[in-house]
Amino acid sequence: MDEFLLFSLPPMLIASLAAIACVLPGNFLLLSRRAMLGDAMSHVVLPGIVAAFLLTGSGSGVVMGAGALAAAGLSALLIEWVTRRARLEPGAAMAVVFTTMFALGVVLLETTGTSGVHLDVEHALYGNLESLIWLGGPPPELLRLALIATGLALALRLIWRPLVLATFDPVFAQTQGIPVGWLRAGLTAATALAAVAAFQAVGSILTIAMLICPAASARLLTRTLPAQIMASLGFAVASALLGYVLAGYAPLWLGLPFTLSASGMIATVSGLLLALSALIASHLARAAL
Amino acid sequence: MALRVQGLTLRYNEVLALDGASAQFPIGSMTAIIGPNGAGKSTFLKSVLGLVAAAGTVAAFGGPVAQSMPRIAYVPQRAAVDWSFPVRVIDVVLMGCYRKTGLLGLIDAATSAHAMAALARVGMQDFARRQIGALSGGQQQRVFLARALAQGADLFLLDEPFAGVDAATEAAIIAVLKALRKDGATIIAVHHDLSSVAAYFDRVLLMNRRTVAEGPVATTFTRAALAQAYGPALMLDPTDLRSEGPTERPAA
Repeated sequence: MDEFLLFSLPPMLIASLAAIACVLPGNFLLLSRRAMLGDAMSHVVLPGIVAAFLLTGSGSGVVMGAGALAAAGLSALLIEWVTRRARLEPGAAMAVVFTTMFALGVVLLETTGTSGVHLDVEHALYGNLESLIWLGGPPPELLRLALIATGLALALRLIWRPLVLATFDPVFAQTQGIPVGWLRAGLTAATALAAVAAFQAVGSILTIAMLICPAASARLLTRTLPAQIMASLGFAVASALLGYVLAGYAPLWLGLPFTLSASGMIATVSGLLLALSALIASHLARAAL
Repeated sequence: MALRVQGLTLRYNEVLALDGASAQFPIGSMTAIIGPNGAGKSTFLKSVLGLVAAAGTVAAFGGPVAQSMPRIAYVPQRAAVDWSFPVRVIDVVLMGCYRKTGLLGLIDAATSAHAMAALARVGMQDFARRQIGALSGGQQQRVFLARALAQGADLFLLDEPFAGVDAATEAAIIAVLKALRKDGATIIAVHHDLSSVAAYFDRVLLMNRRTVAEGPVATTFTRAALAQAYGPALMLDPTDLRSEGPTERPAA
């Protein structure tokens, strides 16, 4: 039991909190057809982290987080600029910006020798969830993610009505005096914050999965937004816990002498839950006819 | 005068969407905005509301439009929103009460009753708890009108309220609009069906990027003015215009 508390509970909590932080903005990205933004934000984090390290020589979570947030802000501006100047649809503009910036991050990483110090591409993709254990105290990621998840939940509660209105009908929202542009920017900022915090703990694959998969699953099975949000939180935590346990134990149950990447398995479970939701939803739709 | 518009001009990239359009809308009048596709009718409404930044001057109730926004209800084109969005009918109507409930959005019994009454005025009270995706096009349009009613406005700008709706909905909407006018409200609607202009409206604004003619239906809605707005093709085959469908959209 002690072993569970020290080695398994912290990463499980971190995975759950990262999932919760991502799911909250993810629901609104999905509804405003900006799902690709999650993809973009979790990729541009890499060059930000590398640049922050190169500039300061510090590997602290706060410095790297600041670098990542700066990169996320820069890319948000770039996306707007490319959308307007190149007259691309937003999805295409996001794809152009985030692939370029991610590639830039990889190049920076490989040419500056930073890869020796705890920064490598594999780490960027899968995170290091398994290493976030209790070492005389909780891992710093745990507190940081708890704080960010709570902050995002409170912010969402505060701006719930204008946000829902602006997401459903931005033009009408403007006639009601709602600052639609600021809400849009706020959602981008919330996505960046969640993506940066989650990225540092669980890597980009899981971050992208959590930004969209649980919300997409919940959207298929619910009819009101509060129900969708609650269901997406349920899907997120279920994916985190189930994925973590499966990664650690499924190979053992099969008699195989290794464990799997927890982040990879959690992302896989969230994808499988989405597939299951799609099957259930289409079954219910047929039954309703 | 409920609304006075002067020299409204807007350029989308290289295209001139509005070219100095001017019009006046007296209090208690009911005006149809008509004109060919691409004439800038929707853009005219959006410019009046300040949703797109057009040059020109707009005054509502004798002052800046921004000051009168609580008195103005805008009913966008039905196609402007995603109807699979996870909200119920009553939630959409309550959006019209946003200015009263404010940021934190505590919806008390009086607000709910107000929204239900708006829904009842368009005959949709039995659908309050339905998800909006389960509605027909006509029912969706009525929900949009109910949301505008819930605002408690006295100037209504409607963008093609009769586009793609059933006959029952059209009758229900026109009855509500006429009742509103009787109570002193001003109605302005982008309209496509030339055959119903005289029956539904008392004034008409004919436009094609600029104002072609405006005034009472009896004196303004003439063959000559129509030919000027639509071009001579209308005179050859007036039915063609209806079947073309209400798909005029601004470029952005």
